[in-house]
Amino acid sequence: MDIQHLNVKFFVEHPEVVDLDPFLTIFNRWIQEQVCDDLLIDVADYRHVVAGPGVVLIGHQANYSLDNTDNRSGFLYNRKARLDGSVQDRLRQAVRSALLACRRLEEDPLLQGALRFSGQEVRVLINDRLIAPNTEAMLLALQPELHAFFDGLYGGAEYTISHPSDPRERFTVHVQASAPFDITTLLDAVNIP
Amino acid sequence: MKVSNGRWRERLLDQMPPALAREIDVYETEIELRKQGKLDEKVFAETRLRRGAYGQRYDNGQRHDGRQTRHLDYPSAGLTKGPNTLWDAPGMQRIKIPFGGLTTRQLDVLADLTEEYSDGIAHVTTRQDFQLHFVHIDDTPSLMRRLAAVGITTREACGNAVRNVTACPYSGVCSDETFDVTPYAHACARFLLGHPDTQDFGRKFKIAFSGCKHDACALTTIHDMGAIAATRVEDGRVRRGFELYVGGGLGSVPYQAKLFDAFVPEEELLPIAQAISRVFARLGEKKNRARARIKFLVNNLGMEEFKRLILEERASLPPDPTWTAHLDRLHAHEETPLKPASSLNGTAHSEGFRRWVETNVRPQKQPGYVVVTVTLPLGDITAGQLRGLVDIARRFVNDTLRTTVEQNFVLRWVSEADLPEMYAALDRIGLGQSGAGTIVDVVACPGTDTCKLGIASSRGLAGELRKRLAEQSVCLDRAIQDLRIKVSGCFNSCGQHHIADIGFYGVSRHIGGYTVPHFQVILGGQWTENAGSYGLAMGAVPSKRIPEVVERITRRYVAERRNGESFQEFVKRIGKSEVKTMLDDLTHVPDHSVDASFYSDWRDPREFTTGDMGVGECAGEVVSQVEFGLAAAEREVFEAQVLLDRGDAQQAGHQAYVSMIHAAQALLRTKMAEITNDPDRIVNDFRTHFYDTERFFDPFAGGKFAQYLFLAHQRAASPYTPESAHHRIEEAQLFIEAAYSCYGRMSTATVPVDGSR
Repeated sequence: MDIQHLNVKFFVEHPEVVDLDPFLTIFNRWIQEQVCDDLLIDVADYRHVVAGPGVVLIGHQANYSLDNTDNRSGFLYNRKARLDGSVQDRLRQAVRSALLACRRLEEDPLLQGALRFSGQEVRVLINDRLIAPNTEAMLLALQPELHAFFDGLYGGAEYTISHPSDPRERFTVHVQASAPFDITTLLDAVNIP
Repeated sequence: MKVSNGRWRERLLDQMPPALAREIDVYETEIELRKQGKLDEKVFAETRLRRGAYGQRYDNGQRHDGRQTRHLDYPSAGLTKGPNTLWDAPGMQRIKIPFGGLTTRQLDVLADLTEEYSDGIAHVTTRQDFQLHFVHIDDTPSLMRRLAAVGITTREACGNAVRNVTACPYSGVCSDETFDVTPYAHACARFLLGHPDTQDFGRKFKIAFSGCKHDACALTTIHDMGAIAATRVEDGRVRRGFELYVGGGLGSVPYQAKLFDAFVPEEELLPIAQAISRVFARLGEKKNRARARIKFLVNNLGMEEFKRLILEERASLPPDPTWTAHLDRLHAHEETPLKPASSLNGTAHSEGFRRWVETNVRPQKQPGYVVVTVTLPLGDITAGQLRGLVDIARRFVNDTLRTTVEQNFVLRWVSEADLPEMYAALDRIGLGQSGAGTIVDVVACPGTDTCKLGIASSRGLAGELRKRLAEQSVCLDRAIQDLRIKVSGCFNSCGQHHIADIGFYGVSRHIGGYTVPHFQVILGGQWTENAGSYGLAMGAVPSKRIPEVVERITRRYVAERRNGESFQEFVKRIGKSEVKTMLDDLTHVPDHSVDASFYSDWRDPREFTTGDMGVGECAGEVVSQVEFGLAAAEREVFEAQVLLDRGDAQQAGHQAYVSMIHAAQALLRTKMAEITNDPDRIVNDFRTHFYDTERFFDPFAGGKFAQYLFLAHQRAASPYTPESAHHRIEEAQLFIEAAYSCYGRMSTATVPVDGSR
């Protein structure tokens, strides 16, 4: 199964305190400081769009954004370039990149600790309708891989996987753990091969 | 980039019209040839442009990150998709939507493409197109195939070709129209698309159709060819035709289209368009892009001679059945409402709904139906909102959607009684904002966000103005609510600043060793009468003070307007000198150490500089003399505007010419100790030191602005008409801006870097 173009979104704990203005500065600083291996190119500002992509850091391999799609504020990692390895490897790389960015934001001095992401819920989608149509068949095919990955990520804790079934949407799963997890705990889990 | 790219062709083969499928196959082959180094980069650039695949800012692989210019290290660094344009750099895909007409199925696909290939935002342009940004060139064939499968082509969306054919979005439902121009716009778009006679233009060619003369919905006077519906009674029979205008265009120097014929019969529309295309291809400028639009050809030949050539060409055309084939199918474009007509009953509604109805709902000529405008902030809409709009359209109106030149959508054939539910549905997806067509509904081109030519952040400024005005919208005086604000990131006018009541275009100034974003203030443009007249520049104001400009001008208008006086009449009455006095204190830029915010642009925290500049004492002395001379030239061109307002075209034109001579003279101070006052010698010296060396060349416009000086000097003794004086003033303004830019580039290059900033 050639699963590519994974998108991973972690939601903020207190969306009511999120102010998008500082993210223009933060993402521009990430470009200045080349904070990751990806080629970071530019920052796109969509704060004026209701329930939109917010502030987007455009990269060559991936886009990073403080996203407000569906009026739910969170950090979205949108992988554009091909990932190598097994499906497990690709899920791990995408989720790890998202978590690293979340932790970087939580620690950003400009935000003064006001931003916290919840590890309890994560949305994973595949941004290519041809390789991954949003169907029950696709869910069935991918489910073993998803369980293998999230069993490891949540360290055996209970979680549910739900799947919005609108065929017009991209293939998406919502994963909800029964207990709270913070970003650092998940990063530790995802760093274990 | 997408792993599915190789699979869309096979998947969609039987859904694409064969001609479109073949066209995309050819394009994909050209991509492969370019990758193998078998296709020249310039040829490939034009070929992708003709498919709407455009370059985007930073695609030369460099970006100033606020501290230094950083090299963007793309994987396929050696491969280019055009001169100085790297293969992997994200680009823009423009999607032509003839007359703005869309079906829900097409919108569904646009939503998918927005998510999968772009950054999640579809952008509606000022010419009813869509644009997707940050698209990888390798993804464009798949994107085009998915569009082709729903009947959309991107062919000739860019490049030297017939661009999107636009039309009034109310065509067919407007009570003011003479007749519905939709089928004619559609036929014209189809006829000229890929036509052999439109393939050899020196520049782009834009066409617009309007159902009436007096409203603004189609803006025919700013187009290369504008057709306004007209009828004539002949032998007791009503004949349809068009009042045809040719040679309009905004760009750096705006021209109003001139009347070609008061009545071109409907069956003659396409052959005349073909004849115009032939003459433009044959006689239009090819080498000098700055004078290659048809407006220059019309201006040089004069309308009488131009028309003679067109009619001669028309007479020689071999007959083509396509010219009139659409006339038998005019009814094919008639729309069927989904719901029966109804009326909005008198039930009490919320204040939000009432405001929305006031600004976003317009009655149709068909009783019981209305057109709803969906306001898109800065023309942006998300994939989710597009899909939501599809659901709303299917529920209330079906396939009767159109985009507008004010970067919005309209939903036609809404049964009046459905308005409350439609408003609620739009509001749920974040599209229930009121204020369509008011001062809040600010129009802007992409500017420095994504455009390679952008000087200042048009979207940043527009977003800021929109936010501030929306906060006050409830208390805004009615007189200013209906004003239009339009913002362009540079002099090229994609934001249509010339036809706004209050317009702005981006410029820059060098102050104390820094580059400071500014906007030229343009007042008094006319939006109605299909963009009846253009505004004039009032002077440059620092970007961060533009909201104060808007507030000050509008407040004064409200306080001093006389009964029923329009904004244009008000500006004309108080005069440009008074406006300039009113804005004078706003032109001041505080020292960097006092307020650094002036040195970055709206919504961009990076310092707006061209590098880490220091200030050298020797250079500093030259700076003051040169800047003084440039400022004097700027003042003189302003005086020329005032003279023109007073009706003295001759003196105004001459004064504009003199201002150019003085700007050139100021620049010469950087090169010569002895500065002459003799215009002949100034022009000669300028040519030697700045034109022949290409030192004065704009990075994108080349020597265009220097040629304004040469032309003005050559024609210095010629008499001026009001129109030619107006053009001379515009050219002088641009020449002076170019002189500022040239001087800025020279300062940056010669001032030693001390690394202290």
